[in-house]
Amino acid sequence: MSKDVILDVRNLKVDIPVSAGMLHPVRGISFSVARGETLCIVGESGCGKSLTSLALMGLLPKTATRTADKLDFLGQDIRDLKERQMAALRGVNMAMIFQEPMTSLNPAYTIGNQLIEVYRRHIDPGKAEARERAIFLLEKVGISAAASRLSQYPHQLSGGLRQRVMIAMALMCGPDVIIADEPTTALDVTIQAQILHLLADLQKEFQMGMILITHDLGIVARVADKVQVMYAGSTVEEGPCQAVFDSPLHPYTSGLLRCIPVPGKTQRGSRLGSVPGIVPNLVGDLHGCMFRNRCDHAEAACEALAGDATQLSDGHAFTCRMTPDEAAQAARQTAREVA
Amino acid sequence: MTAALETVDVSCVFQVNQGFMKGSKPLRAVNGVSLKIPKGQVVGLVGESGCGKSTMASILLGLQEPTSGEVLYSGESAGSFDGKDIARRIQPIFQDPYSSLNPTKSIHSIVSLPLRIHNVGDPADWDRKVYDILDLVGLPRRVAQSYPSQLSGGQRQRVAIARALIMRPEVVICDEPTSALDVSVQSQILNLLQDLRQELGLTYLLISHNLAVVEHMADRVAVMYLGRIVEEADADTLFRDPRHPYTKALLGSVLTPDPSLGVPDTHLGTVFPNPIDPPLGCSFHPRCSACMDICSAQTPMPVTEGDHMTECHLYAPQEAVAV
Ligand SMILES: Nc1ncnc2c1ncn2[C@@H]1O[C@H](COP(=O)(O)OP(=O)(O)O)[C@@H](O)[C@H]1O
Ligand SMILES: Nc1ncnc2c1ncn2[C@@H]1O[C@H](COP(=O)(O)OP(=O)(O)O)[C@@H](O)[C@H]1O
Ligand SMILES: [Mg+2]
Ligand SMILES: [Mg+2]
Repeated sequence: MSKDVILDVRNLKVDIPVSAGMLHPVRGISFSVARGETLCIVGESGCGKSLTSLALMGLLPKTATRTADKLDFLGQDIRDLKERQMAALRGVNMAMIFQEPMTSLNPAYTIGNQLIEVYRRHIDPGKAEARERAIFLLEKVGISAAASRLSQYPHQLSGGLRQRVMIAMALMCGPDVIIADEPTTALDVTIQAQILHLLADLQKEFQMGMILITHDLGIVARVADKVQVMYAGSTVEEGPCQAVFDSPLHPYTSGLLRCIPVPGKTQRGSRLGSVPGIVPNLVGDLHGCMFRNRCDHAEAACEALAGDATQLSDGHAFTCRMTPDEAAQAARQTAREVA
Repeated sequence: MTAALETVDVSCVFQVNQGFMKGSKPLRAVNGVSLKIPKGQVVGLVGESGCGKSTMASILLGLQEPTSGEVLYSGESAGSFDGKDIARRIQPIFQDPYSSLNPTKSIHSIVSLPLRIHNVGDPADWDRKVYDILDLVGLPRRVAQSYPSQLSGGQRQRVAIARALIMRPEVVICDEPTSALDVSVQSQILNLLQDLRQELGLTYLLISHNLAVVEHMADRVAVMYLGRIVEEADADTLFRDPRHPYTKALLGSVLTPDPSLGVPDTHLGTVFPNPIDPPLGCSFHPRCSACMDICSAQTPMPVTEGDHMTECHLYAPQEAVAV
């Protein structure tokens, strides 16, 4: 594996005991992120995206158990790190951006206090240097009159500006990887485009790895280098962004793509595709393909399907009983039926 | 042709508290809007959050008294109707299927409430009406005995649609009807709304921040900015030939799933107007990439070509610019 891989995850699982038994919300996820690379994890609500990111950061709910065959960050196995060591990693090397900026901004302190505190605690206790960096980063994230913003409180800013402040805060200690969980979901489309533009620029400039979690395939197509499509706790398809969008193979991926109206492509008023049915319950013993109860191409074999992915040459892989040719054929057929 | 629903120069001003001892200031949530919703059409209303879309919805539903201006129902002034009359003609579907359904009531009770309020027909018929409408929106009849918490988001939104349609209204105001839903569910709800429109001859006002959804569904589109409609045209024209710089920025922000494109630069800047203290002249000028001297000095007048309206100095007739 090339040496600029920052984060390498193999067979990550999360289990949470619930009243009905053991919930398996993340069931064997593998991926890697290199410096300067953006991985998008995409899937519908409840598929385990947020728990995957929390598992990486060591921030799972107390009752949850995490297992993995490999969890290497900057070449170090972080599976058995103490909470104090994880906290140090999170402070400096792994930064997190959430959907709701107020989850990471404290309403009681000024923006300046919060930005400066992170830096002084983790990097250098000198106040002047921290302040300088805060102003530098606020300007970087496109906030005008940065110096005067330091004395403002989070509630005095609009949602878009708060999101920018949170990004500045995430960058204070020069992280190696940014994990952004639905960072623009609560924002207007205009502000969303601005924030994503900004994130992509900063990521290139600082050569960070980025894991961007979203339910929005439009965002994925525009920002991802690599895509990981999740369904019911596992990866159903992954690969280079272009390959996954140009020739989706898993019926879930192609089904999702048929659901979204695309201006200029989908005929106005035509029927949109759909993925009928609902997500299965992930409590207890699970086997076979979890998508089979919603899949047009399901057969008896799907009930016994092992979780092994079929690999294509370019890193594109999908987990399905169908061969790549059959899957491509099936995806084209869905496309025709909708059109 | 008279519109099913129309506003004439409607404004809505809220007094907003400025904090302890600071008194209150007026906020023009809707500022002189004239909008026609022709019978049988889908009119899309788009714009960023806070621009006044939901306030427009409340005014049209008769839930919010406009500060000035008039609402016309099939050409008749709202003054001649009471709340129940309006509710028979116009029904809402809101964004959040979680908070808009009473959690303590069964689906049957939620869907049949309008029948009980309006006391229409024979109560013995109400059960049948409930089941008919559940069939129509694609819900199994057994959900009648369920409670909202036992349903998925998509099912709840179908309940909200059933509740809105049981009185067979003429107009449905859909305020972000799919924004809280996953895409696979969104497409089912959009398909359902299309089917119902054809089957029942419905008229929709579709409020959405998702322009791809609006372009898919709407016949006409109105773009709103800080309480004003700044551009309005039939959907084809608006999406093919957007004129207002704000409309262009909105359309440019739509992220279609095209991996050969990156994230667009919207050229919008980061200055956000304060609705209590809106910018002078054109209220969009501080964010506008095509801003001219006149834009901060003079409020633009609506300019109409065919039935394409734009409120922007770029399109003002020459003599007006010379002023
Ligand atoms: N603390 C928890 N206890 C029990 N179940 C949980 C907990 N957190 C999340 N879940 C469940 O795990 C699944 C995955 O959750 P999450 O990772 O938040 O999904 P996503 O971010 O993809 O929407 C969901 O079904 C959710 O209800
Ligand atoms: N009841 C109210 N009191 C005071 N201000 C309000 C009230 N309702 C809405 N507003 C303000 O009016 C403006 C328009 O709000 P709204 O119609 O909800 O916008 P949208 O639906 O487009 O997001 C916003 O600035 C909002 O804060
Ligand atoms: Mg989540
Ligand atoms: Mg609203």
